[in-house]
Amino acid sequence: MKRFRGRVITPGTVKATALVSRDEVDTLASFGRALRVGDKGLTCGDRNNEDLFGKAMAGKALCLPRTVGSATGSLMLYCACATNRQPACLLFSQSIDTVAAGGSILAAVWLENTQMPVIDNLGAAFLRYVEDGMTVTLEGDGIVRVE
Amino acid sequence: MRLTREQRQILNGSKGEVMAKVMKTLVMYGHTFGADRLVPVSSEYNHLLTSFGLKMMTPIFELMEKLAEAGALSTQAFSVNPRPMDKAVPANLLQRLVFKYLMYSEQENYEKRLTELGLLNDKAYTCTCYLDQVGNLPQRGEILSWAEPSAVSYANSVLGARCNRNSGMMDLMGAVAGFVPRFGLLTDEGRMANWIVKVRTTEQPEAQLLGAAIAMRVKEEVPYIAGMKRWLGTELTEAVRSYLKDFGAAADSSVALYHVEELTPEAKDFGADLIKENCKVYVIDDKELERVRRSYPVLWRRKNRKPNLCFVGCPHLSMQQLKQWTLRLECGLQEERRKRVRIPTVFTAAPAVIEEFSRTEYAKRLKDTGVILSYVCPLMYMNNPLCGSLRVITNSNKLRGYSTARYYPEEELLDMLTKGEIEE
Repeated sequence: MKRFRGRVITPGTVKATALVSRDEVDTLASFGRALRVGDKGLTCGDRNNEDLFGKAMAGKALCLPRTVGSATGSLMLYCACATNRQPACLLFSQSIDTVAAGGSILAAVWLENTQMPVIDNLGAAFLRYVEDGMTVTLEGDGIVRVE
Repeated sequence: MRLTREQRQILNGSKGEVMAKVMKTLVMYGHTFGADRLVPVSSEYNHLLTSFGLKMMTPIFELMEKLAEAGALSTQAFSVNPRPMDKAVPANLLQRLVFKYLMYSEQENYEKRLTELGLLNDKAYTCTCYLDQVGNLPQRGEILSWAEPSAVSYANSVLGARCNRNSGMMDLMGAVAGFVPRFGLLTDEGRMANWIVKVRTTEQPEAQLLGAAIAMRVKEEVPYIAGMKRWLGTELTEAVRSYLKDFGAAADSSVALYHVEELTPEAKDFGADLIKENCKVYVIDDKELERVRRSYPVLWRRKNRKPNLCFVGCPHLSMQQLKQWTLRLECGLQEERRKRVRIPTVFTAAPAVIEEFSRTEYAKRLKDTGVILSYVCPLMYMNNPLCGSLRVITNSNKLRGYSTARYYPEEELLDMLTKGEIEE
């Protein structure tokens, strides 16, 4: 078990199973297809992401370096949250980009009864340690327990 | 983050719950990126990213509805990204049904809503809102609340306006509040270059290939590009602006500001003073551009079959480009002793550009080559799952990056259009 400390972008506590991407995640490519076809598991549709492609992201602690890609990616994140298909939390090893920040902040401010805590700056060691299937607990104040 | 008394009052609900949430959104966004304060949006018009009535975006439309109902409207009239559908663009019956009834079923309602919210006019659907014909042309130093990456890149770099690479809906939030958080590219420090890119090619690099190469290397930092003087000169002529439009769009997946030595406004004024100490260096020569091009995956199932469709105009073409393409096509077809292109081809441009172009002698000449002129967004067209299996060719790195379309430099594309043979 290890604890990592990051910066809270949107607050919340949660316990979930880790789903890890070692590569940057293209939000539009990853979320778009599942949202379009109404896939409740939010299956990742980005063929370029070998770690996530074909895996259900809904309810998982999505661990990643950062997100990249189209500015519409923020809308995908918001729509995933609004339809209750979002990952349990987003945990970034690097600093968050404007697309993921925009989508998560919109969801945190405008959606009631929806939670998707987001923490960034967890460091490279976090991403080296965490693996698919591990249990991740957000303890508050940016502390992430991985076991 | 320091807020003015007025901003604090809005945040505390003086203008109602919805406006308080708008302010909270901007404050959280600014806080995340180290903003020191909120500054007034000073451009005359805004530009919105979201132009498509995709059914899956219903929660976004509901959010817009909530804003409108509370009277939290954009303080500016705005242009918006291109429409996702146009009957003029080739599509079979099934594709059209999917477009109209499954994907963009909310399009009509959404366009009505945009008009109510302050759309400039019914021709203001384009990613190139800054072209003269469209008229959303920010001035140097103005603060924008835009999100469309290619337009943000152009406004920052070519016009010298100031805008961060915002995300969708954050553009509207800034326009509603009339303020945006001051960080990154809104600051002098944030506009300094941390990369020098030395272009040492033996001929003028293809705009979209050069843009892609730089974006892949510099990521979200600011490049100062040297070595382009012999290709672009030192004046922002219409042709140079068109080149930079395409260059910036190809790099827009990460680069929101670039400086071109002796050409773009800030590079002209400040020169090498814009370059940070200990910046990184990237040299681009013919070999490097070829390496980048060869790194593009070919996503067609049958790689050697004749293309079904060609798109030119992502981002939308300028008037100068439409005229130039007409001349090049005529020339190429004449050499092949043909009258019409051999591959169904769509050129895309802003409705206002198309309108002006249609009044020139070139319009009939282009039509005679068989090219279809449309205002559609090629990216949105390719978003249709049934179009993903089409063999589409393009000179757009942006379209290539977000779809299965295959990239070709313009000369090769021209050859394919006039000869009908695939270039390996």
